[in-house]
Amino acid sequence: MKEILGTTGLIFNEPLLWEKGKKGRSGFSLPRRDVEKHPVDKQLGGPGPDFPDLSEVEVVRHFIRLSQWNFSVDSGMYPLGSCTMKYNPKTNERQAARSGFAQAHPLLPQHLSQGTLKLMYDLEQYLNEITGMDATSLQPAAGAHGELTGMLLFYAYHKSQGAPRSKIIVPDTAHGTNPASAALCGYRSVPVKSNERGVLSPQAVGDIMDTDTAGIMVTNPNTLGLFEENIKAISEIVHAKGGLVYGDGANMNAIMGIVNMGELGIDVLHLNLHKTFSSPHGGGGPGAGPVCVRKHLEPFLPVPRVIKQKERYALSEDFPETIGKIHAFYGNVGVMIRSYSYILSMGPEDLKKASQLAVLNAAYIKDQLKGTFHLPYDRPCMHECVFSDKLQEPYKVTTLDIVKRLMDYGFHPPTIYFPLVVPGAIMIEPTETESKEDIDLFIESMQAIAKEAKENPELLHAAPRKTKRRRLDETAAARKPCLTG
Amino acid sequence: MRYLPHTADDIATMLKAVQIDSLEGLFAHIPQDCRRRETLKIPEALTEWELNDHMDALAATMAVSPEYKVFMGAGSYAHYVPAAASFLAGRSEFVTAYTPYQPEVSQGTLQAIYEYQTLTARLLGLEVANASQYDGASALAEAMLMAIRVSRKKTVAVSSAVHPMYRRVLATYFEPTGFNIRELPYLPDGTTDLGPLKDMDDLGGVAIQSPNFFGCMENLEAAKQSLPDKKTLLVICFSEPLAYGLYKSPGQCGADIACGEGQSLGIPRTFGGPGLGMFAAKMKYVRNMPGRLVGQTVDEEGKRGHVLTLATREQHIRREKATSNICTNHSLCALAAVMYMASLGGSGFKELARLNYDKAEYLKEALRKAGFKLPFSRPTFNEFVVEFPDDFRKTYQGLLQKKIIAGLPLVDFYPELKNHYLLCATETTARADMDALVKEIIP
Repeated sequence: MKEILGTTGLIFNEPLLWEKGKKGRSGFSLPRRDVEKHPVDKQLGGPGPDFPDLSEVEVVRHFIRLSQWNFSVDSGMYPLGSCTMKYNPKTNERQAARSGFAQAHPLLPQHLSQGTLKLMYDLEQYLNEITGMDATSLQPAAGAHGELTGMLLFYAYHKSQGAPRSKIIVPDTAHGTNPASAALCGYRSVPVKSNERGVLSPQAVGDIMDTDTAGIMVTNPNTLGLFEENIKAISEIVHAKGGLVYGDGANMNAIMGIVNMGELGIDVLHLNLHKTFSSPHGGGGPGAGPVCVRKHLEPFLPVPRVIKQKERYALSEDFPETIGKIHAFYGNVGVMIRSYSYILSMGPEDLKKASQLAVLNAAYIKDQLKGTFHLPYDRPCMHECVFSDKLQEPYKVTTLDIVKRLMDYGFHPPTIYFPLVVPGAIMIEPTETESKEDIDLFIESMQAIAKEAKENPELLHAAPRKTKRRRLDETAAARKPCLTG
Repeated sequence: MRYLPHTADDIATMLKAVQIDSLEGLFAHIPQDCRRRETLKIPEALTEWELNDHMDALAATMAVSPEYKVFMGAGSYAHYVPAAASFLAGRSEFVTAYTPYQPEVSQGTLQAIYEYQTLTARLLGLEVANASQYDGASALAEAMLMAIRVSRKKTVAVSSAVHPMYRRVLATYFEPTGFNIRELPYLPDGTTDLGPLKDMDDLGGVAIQSPNFFGCMENLEAAKQSLPDKKTLLVICFSEPLAYGLYKSPGQCGADIACGEGQSLGIPRTFGGPGLGMFAAKMKYVRNMPGRLVGQTVDEEGKRGHVLTLATREQHIRREKATSNICTNHSLCALAAVMYMASLGGSGFKELARLNYDKAEYLKEALRKAGFKLPFSRPTFNEFVVEFPDDFRKTYQGLLQKKIIAGLPLVDFYPELKNHYLLCATETTARADMDALVKEIIP
């Protein structure tokens, strides 16, 4: 094995913001006062917030030191399953920062905001083409927000058919956001189990699908990294009972240019621009969760919609069956700009190639680690593969120990204990932007950890040692919440 | 392609290892009738130079400062962002990290969010703030759903002086729930008419925005006293949190929940998003709050550290019983906000708020002197309503030609407010530009 990545360097300690500074300092250049002071209503006036006063140097050092305590895609491989932590191109940041985009007021007259409207219109067209769907709304601000929008579309559709429905089918491999989003629309989740091959069987869906069920939420490829091979048959069963099929597109990175979601019978699909389309995750957002639909659901999409009339772009509210607005303005335009820039940089060939290489990287890891770690579903995988800690059980080593040790080797842990159908799951999604050398180093690190588990499990139990903090007491944090300082 | 590191050799070696003969072969297990046959019909790839030119041309069509003088607020404000704050918010260790589920390697994001929660709670005058919502509108919708959960009632009342777009989002969220929304009219002085509250039953929450959409400061103490039932929550909403550098905070006025848009705090407008949904409440309601929370704890060596906590409220644990479906939030915008608040400090925040107020008062006075009507008498912060003469639409269009955007016409949102415009002035608005505007519109 080459030199391992993980090491310790000179990392600084840093107190909390309000433990620094002195009253009277400032890190802000206040604009020149060119108007007189005007009296303020005594009853309404307040003391202002109790913030610490800091100089610019103190603020900069504070946050730079904090930044050094973070793992990030720009520093290393982030194989988080179902999160698609691919490299975030720097040119996208430059494009979004252009003052014409960044400083634009959302309520500008439309003839003075043509550039952004065109960008949004074109991005919708590209996403329609990539997914094989008919129409897109860019308004939802995140994946779960897209799911909520999708469920509102289901609700509006069934209402327009004269009969709202009360249930929704959610597979046991689904993200937690699926049932939570459905619940916001008053739907009761009916679970359906995946079969011994890790996918849904048409019969299992047929057994529970009825005319009070609004439809089904399917993640395809699913969270085991497997393609739902019966999706067409399942869609037919659901449609035959008047239901709709929701596609969770969180795993779209596996199938760009390879599968046409529209042809699978999916009626609504959400995408995560911050996964598949390379906008950065920001330590938890902002993302964007566009919703793509087939023709029959288009009338219900959120408003305003961007329309094109001759060569002019406009925002139109003229869709009487719309579910309404889901965002104060038009969604996360800053994220859209980054993804638009990404799609134009990649073009049709490289978008497809990205999916191919994402799958190749995952298949290679699955092959190389098979035997070292237990592989519950030994089948061709898509862009991610799921192992478990079963082979390490005899050494009293768990998934948590394994991935905490991986931090010392210089990698971010994979997604763990999800999907719930695999006890002790280790879900690895390398993405296409990791080179073969990095993938090999990851594999060697995982093999070294498996060896340590056998020979010196204490190394794993005590991990991580090289991080800013050792394992944190999460139980204490929840029992006696300390949420502000 | 510069983002795809695989050489032909790498691909061949890896394919050989997995015993598949081509990249296409990786997908052989997908049923034929599920496979896409035609290639993607999107534009051919651009070089970085071509992309720059293309994006530059698109951006150049947008009416922005300094070329345009934009006197428009209405939920999206022009504030100066210090170079240090935008530099820090662009640090890739923050930008390219995932949600901090693995705390040992995410202490930077976690401590920064903890600091954001703390400064937000102090700004809004409440005990606890979450790690962010999407925007002001979704924050309001989640606040009203929370008020329903806490109170176990089925109706909420919302002031018609709450941002019209926030009210529309609220209506969208409520549509399938069976809960009711009642609207409170506004009075001639520009504040909410609290009178109808006494006749409303089953009221779980009352939402008042202050400063409201007309820029007016509401009489929040009176709102608190008008709540018909002690179980009814007072939700104070905002689109301009800088106002609390000058005026009393929502908590000081009796809010149970405060929520709104934090774009003003160091986040570029970017045509309306991403912004920052701010959300704070009294501690006794914490287990009913939506969204992520960061808490303080210690590690194995007893050193102070931070983790995501009280996750039993959240979708990944509670699934359909969660307090919200939110997962990805607006973490990086929250970081930008805490960097901005730290740069200003308490003293700077107050001074900047005062300057915003004085600029708007200057413009108000100048318009009043020029003979225009200011229909609402209540004190305002950095925006206010002006009633112009009947033919003003033409003047407004003419001003656009001169690259002046003279506020937002209110008639699109309030049909009864013909010829009424909402104008905004912040610290970025120069006196000379305000003088020029007034000179241009004097008939």
